[in-house]
Amino acid sequence: MKFIYQTWWKVVAVLLVFSTLITGLLLHVPSLPVLHETIRNLYFHVPMWMGMLTVFVVSVAFSIMYLNTGKEEYDLAAVECVNTGLVFYAFGLLSGMLWAKYTWGQFWSGDPKQNSAAIAFLLYCAYLVLRNSIDEEQKRGKISAIYNIFAFPIMIVLIFVLPRMTDSLHPGSGGNPAFKTYDLDKTMMISFYPAMLGWSFIALWIATIRYRIRLIENKRNTIN
Amino acid sequence: MKKLSFILLLLLLTCTTVFAQDPTVQMDDALRANGKIYVVVCTIAIVFVGLAIYLFSIDRRLKKIEKEK
Repeated sequence: MKFIYQTWWKVVAVLLVFSTLITGLLLHVPSLPVLHETIRNLYFHVPMWMGMLTVFVVSVAFSIMYLNTGKEEYDLAAVECVNTGLVFYAFGLLSGMLWAKYTWGQFWSGDPKQNSAAIAFLLYCAYLVLRNSIDEEQKRGKISAIYNIFAFPIMIVLIFVLPRMTDSLHPGSGGNPAFKTYDLDKTMMISFYPAMLGWSFIALWIATIRYRIRLIENKRNTIN
Repeated sequence: MKKLSFILLLLLLTCTTVFAQDPTVQMDDALRANGKIYVVVCTIAIVFVGLAIYLFSIDRRLKKIEKEK
């Protein structure tokens, strides 16, 4: 766990995100109908989901490690990862709603992607409610770890699989051309990949800070 | 007479449709100006403001711990 106390990757994350603020707004993008300049949202909306995914994956890893070892720190790490992930989830939903308003016509049009994203959001909110409803520590740790491990694949199916099997307005769904059409444009990747990587590390950074605070809180509570 | 009124009605209807598409009427166009670039601006604003609020909440939590010392 020495990794979370190091600084270099945090600097890299900040530099990557900062570079996308400049290249993302200035570099050439393909001219597409309806989308127009909002295609640049690809560098600011999509990475939120990438950041969310990163911390959720880490959270599942810690949940598995908790079940294996029973160490309380792993349980705390898993919770703080979910806490951070949910904030990025909210960013993704809100920015997506704004984008939808100016390309699909409404903030919330009941699109399969939007609906299943909302369901998966509630799924993770239920995780936090479940956790807080159990007082006994080991029981709480075990039950929430198992719930977390099962919630993750369901979230993946809800957000990334089911909407793609039906007709959704969101790229990558049904008969939609997804981002393949934009992939042809190599200049977009100059901003897109750093954004995905940078925001993932920023999410991880916030999760580690929350985890470190949680550790101190936990220590205090057990001593007193 | 019937035919004439029908034609007049048709003309009137086309008139209303033309009126409905009056380009001088500005409705909800602020964010659609300049190739919708302001949607991107708002997205960045949402993300940054959200992140700032979140950081402040974490800061408050840390302050509480520091005070307990």
